[in-house]
Amino acid sequence: MGGEISILNVNKFFGDFQVLKNVSLEIRKGEFFSILGPSGCGKTTLLRVIAGFEDVQEGDVLLDGESILHLPANKRPVNIIFQSYALFPHLTVFENIAFPLRLKKFTESEIKERVGNLLNLIRMEEHAFKYPSQLSGGQKQRVAIARALANEPRVLLLDEPLSALDAKLRQELLIELDNLHDKVGITFVYVTHDQTEAISVSDRVALMNDGKIIQIGTPYEIYESPVNVFAATFIGETNLMKVDVLEVEEEYYVVEAPGVGVFRCYKDKEAKAGNRLILTLRPEKIRISKQKPMIFENVFHGIIEEEIYMGYQTKYFVRLDEGYIMKVYKQHVRYLLDEPILHWKDEVYVSWDPNDSFIVEVLTS
Amino acid sequence: MKPGKFVKFLTFVTFLFFYVPLFVVVLFSFNSSRSPVWTGFTLKWYVELFTRSYAIWRAFWNSIMVAVLSSTTATVLGTMTAIGLYWVKNGKKKSTGDTFLWFLTYLPFVVPDVIIGISLLLFFSLLQFRLGFSTIVLAHVTFSIPYTMMVVYSRLHDFDKNIVEAAYDLGATETQVLFKVLIPNLVPSIVAAFLLAFTLSIDDFVITFFVAGPGTTTLPIQIYSMIRFGISPTINAISTFMIAGTVLIGFALRKFVRYIF
Repeated sequence: MGGEISILNVNKFFGDFQVLKNVSLEIRKGEFFSILGPSGCGKTTLLRVIAGFEDVQEGDVLLDGESILHLPANKRPVNIIFQSYALFPHLTVFENIAFPLRLKKFTESEIKERVGNLLNLIRMEEHAFKYPSQLSGGQKQRVAIARALANEPRVLLLDEPLSALDAKLRQELLIELDNLHDKVGITFVYVTHDQTEAISVSDRVALMNDGKIIQIGTPYEIYESPVNVFAATFIGETNLMKVDVLEVEEEYYVVEAPGVGVFRCYKDKEAKAGNRLILTLRPEKIRISKQKPMIFENVFHGIIEEEIYMGYQTKYFVRLDEGYIMKVYKQHVRYLLDEPILHWKDEVYVSWDPNDSFIVEVLTS
Repeated sequence: MKPGKFVKFLTFVTFLFFYVPLFVVVLFSFNSSRSPVWTGFTLKWYVELFTRSYAIWRAFWNSIMVAVLSSTTATVLGTMTAIGLYWVKNGKKKSTGDTFLWFLTYLPFVVPDVIIGISLLLFFSLLQFRLGFSTIVLAHVTFSIPYTMMVVYSRLHDFDKNIVEAAYDLGATETQVLFKVLIPNLVPSIVAAFLLAFTLSIDDFVITFFVAGPGTTTLPIQIYSMIRFGISPTINAISTFMIAGTVLIGFALRKFVRYIF
C-alpha cells in the first residue's frame, strides 16, 4: 500500500548553484500530492532526489519513517514516470511491463497474470504485442504507468507525465490518472508546471519557486488564500493592487488604491493605518453590470476596454474612471437571458464583496 | 524550392565522377584485348581468374580473414569504449579529463595513414614482432577502433538517457542495464560499426603495406604489385567480382548502413 514521504531540510547544490533551499515536506500515505512551480524551480530535482537519481548535500528523505538516501534507485520501493515515457524501444508493450517482473524472477504464469491485470487496468489488452514506436503518445504514457506499477511500488513519482500531449488528451489522461490513483491506492507525487493540472486532481499541492517551498495546502487553500504575490499570480489570474490603509475596522480595512479609489478589503493580516499593502482580487469574483448595483460599497464605474469571448465565459478588461484596468471574468450561465450583452466601449459598473479582496503582502509596517 | 539547372548539372556531374570509373572497370573486364581499347566481348579473364590466379585468391582470402578478425575485435573494443565514455559522462558535466580522453580516441582519425603505418612498423620491430598476418590484423584493429567507437557513440548520444534511468528505477543492476537495455538497442549501430570496419580493412593499402612483411599479402597489395607489370584484365575481373559483392552486401544490410554517421 501507499507510502509516506518526509523530506527534511533538504539542501542541494549543482556546483555553486543551490537548486533546493531547505526544502521540507510531508506527503501522506495514499495521497495525490502535486509539486507545482515554474520551470527551473527545482521541482524535478526534488522528484529525482526521491527516486534516487540525485544525492543531496544536507537533509534527509524518509519513506515510512526510514531514511532511503543510502539506497540506490534500483533498491527503492518507488517508481518514476518520465515526461519522455522512456519505454524500451526494443521490447513490446507486454515485455515492457514484464521487464521489472522478469528482473525479480517471477514465473512465466505469474508474469502473464500480472501483466494481464495491468494491461486491463490501462485498457491496452489489444496492443500487448505492439512496439512503442507503433503507439500514440497517450498510449505510450499509459504503458509507462503500467510498467511503473508492475513492481507494486509504495510511491509513484510522475515527472510532468502529460506535458508532451495535446490539451484535450491531457484532460482525459488526467482524469484517468485520478481514477487510477483511487484504484491502486498508493501515494502519487506529481510534478507539473501546469496549475490547472495540479489543482484539478491533487489532494494537496506544494507550490515551489526558486528552490523553496512557497505554500503547501489543498488546491482550495492554494487558490483562495495565496500566501504571497507569487502564489497569487502563479495560480489562476488575479487583479493585484498596491493600496494604502486609511482606516482599520473590526473585520475590514478601508483602503485607497491608486487608479481605483476607496473601498473595503478583508482584514486577514495585521496592518495599521498608513501601511502599504498588496491586495489580490480574483477576476471571476467581480460582478459586472450596466445598471448600478443596489449596494453601496466597492462599486466602481468604468468602460470596457477589451472583450475576450471564450465560450463558457467572457473576459472583460474594464478601465475604471480613475485609470486602473481591472480584469473581470463573467461566466455564462444563461448568456442571452441573464441581462443585456456587454460589449466593447460599454459603460459598466464593477463591484465585489469586501471578503473577496484580501491582503497577500504587507509592504511597510 | 526546386533545384535550379546548375544544381542539377552539378549533381549529375558528381555522380558521373563517382560511377564512370567503376563502370569502366566492369566494362574492360569483358574486353577481349589486353590494352584499354574495346575490341570485343570475352569471358576469358574470368576463366583465368577462377582457374589460374592462385596468388590473387590467396591474397583475397587473406584480406577476408584479416577483415573478419580485425573488424570483430575493433567492434567489440570500440563498443566498449563508447559505452565506457557514455557511462562516465552520463549526467555529469564534461570535464577536462573527458575532453582529453575523447581527443585521444579520435586522434587516429586525423593522423595520416603513412604516419600510422611507419609508427606501427617501428613499434612492431621494437617489440621484435615477426611481420605478417598477425601484425596486419593488429594494425587494422588499431585504425578501426576510432571509427567503430564513433558509430556506436553517436547512436548512444541520441539515446534517451531516461530509458537507462527507467531501467535502474525498475530494479535493474548496472550489468542488467547494459545487457538488457543498452546493448539490444545498440545492435543496429554495432552492425554498422562492424560493416564500416570491415570495409576499411578490406580497403586499406598504406598501413598494410608497412606492416605486411615479405610473406603475407592482402588483395590491395597483390593488385598493386601486379599493376607494376602492366594492367592485367584479371584485375578488372576481380574488381568487378568485388563490386558486385559489395553492392549485394550493402543492399542486404542497407537497414544498418544508415547508422554509419
